[in-house]
Amino acid sequence: MTAPRQADPGYNFAYLDEGTKRMIRRAILKAVAIPGYQVPFASREMPMPYGWGTGGVQVTAAILGRADVLKVIDQGSDDTTNAVSIRAFFARTAGVAVTTRTADATVIQTRHRIPEAPLHAGQVLVYQVPIPEPLRFLEPRETETRQLHALAEYGLMHVKLYEDIARHGHIATTYAYPVEVAGRYVMDPSPTPKFDNPKMDDCPALQLFGAGREKRIYAVPPHTRVRSLDFEDHPFRVQRFARPCALCGAGDVYLDEVLLDDAGGRMFVCSDTDHCEGRRQAAGDAR
Amino acid sequence: MTEPLLRVRGLTKHYGPRLGCAEVSFDLDPGEVLAVVGESGSGKSTLLSLVATELAPDSGSVGYRMRDGVTRDLAALGEAERRALLRTDWGFIRQDAALGLRMAVSAGGNVGERLMGKGDRHYGRIRGTALDWLAKVEIAPDRIDDPPSRFSGGMRQRLQIARNLVTEPRLVLMDEPTSGLDVSVQARLLDLIRGLVAELGLAVVIVTHDLAVARLLSHRILVMRAGRVIETGLTDQVLDDPAEPYTQLLVSSVLAA
Repeated sequence: MTAPRQADPGYNFAYLDEGTKRMIRRAILKAVAIPGYQVPFASREMPMPYGWGTGGVQVTAAILGRADVLKVIDQGSDDTTNAVSIRAFFARTAGVAVTTRTADATVIQTRHRIPEAPLHAGQVLVYQVPIPEPLRFLEPRETETRQLHALAEYGLMHVKLYEDIARHGHIATTYAYPVEVAGRYVMDPSPTPKFDNPKMDDCPALQLFGAGREKRIYAVPPHTRVRSLDFEDHPFRVQRFARPCALCGAGDVYLDEVLLDDAGGRMFVCSDTDHCEGRRQAAGDAR
Repeated sequence: MTEPLLRVRGLTKHYGPRLGCAEVSFDLDPGEVLAVVGESGSGKSTLLSLVATELAPDSGSVGYRMRDGVTRDLAALGEAERRALLRTDWGFIRQDAALGLRMAVSAGGNVGERLMGKGDRHYGRIRGTALDWLAKVEIAPDRIDDPPSRFSGGMRQRLQIARNLVTEPRLVLMDEPTSGLDVSVQARLLDLIRGLVAELGLAVVIVTHDLAVARLLSHRILVMRAGRVIETGLTDQVLDDPAEPYTQLLVSSVLAA
């Protein structure tokens, strides 16, 4: 963990002005009150391009306090460009403590993964969302998708899953797998692998989703029922890996394929770098 | 005498200063086929859109006898109720199949959509029902996973019929279902529609400019001109012994093969 330091005095705390943060907090409160419902908000220009996490950054900026400890991951990893720069951004503009350890963090901003270590009460998971509308690729009209959400007409979502089975023999959607939240709204969990979907169910941490370009915020409050859509005869299943992580030996985690050379050499390692390091350290201590 | 299935009263629609249709009233009994004929621009399609609640009328009402036997004014239904009615108890076969089908979704998905919308969540059963319906509309079972963009015009229309009839609706609206198809394909499609209508006891409102289609399918006929109904009666009666000069003109304009 890197201790808090003096924030750059040229910026308001956590970059955004207080009026903007209040506007975003109002949207967040509404989103928490209606789990899974996409709340429109006046998304701001951020000093980064759309697609780099402008939605997540705005949500994080709105909820960050001086005592918070921030962790940022990109595809599970703490040390890729996106994660490093967002962490540095908040270390500079808010002066908050930053960490790579899941257990120590109070706010975790993530792009496309949920940490392997179980989250606990009091933590907030902030997702960066590119396309918040789960029905978008079947129904291009926003007016119509809002109508479908309002009336809970979600037959269309199953047409997509039907097409998967008809084409591939099984539900081939592996990421952005649609979920039903609290028995009402169907939600896109952002492009996390469906491996992570079960972690969203009854999660003790608050989950917030920010889509900067699409100007939407939605939320899953702690301990909310999150159910992945499926068919009775084709139930929801997470992907399984043939081998454990090549570094730490974990068998119950999501793995990344890493190419080693041009001769076809490859290895499968934990996508969650913090989890992998923690396990290897623990194994080293035990020895 | 039981209540009619559909009760249309005084439907009027203006497009700005222009008239779409005016003061159209009719009743439709269960199992009855009504043809609406007239030349292009006579207000046929406007009438159909009004009945389907796709357009809001300036005045007039559409009443429908729901499955519980109570006739309700469609304008007074809640949005959720209206949409549920439209996708289970009604069907709409469109002239342009691309508007009535999801062109990027497989034939099976197209037929299954209404079932999934109704809450069916068993893939095997949905697919089984889709296969049954494809057989009924004479589409080969091995085409079930092809999208309609790879189908011929006639097949698209037949797929549209299967997609609409899968929930066993009681009322089907058809807007020129056979136009744009060549005559032999038209004949087969009409044959199919006639068979299904008789078998399922469907009530149908069919809009067509083709008097031969009206004669083949319909029990009653409604002749429209310039937005108004000018003549109505039993199909044979109207076509064999038209009273209005305009209907006489229409009937005499049909080319004999």
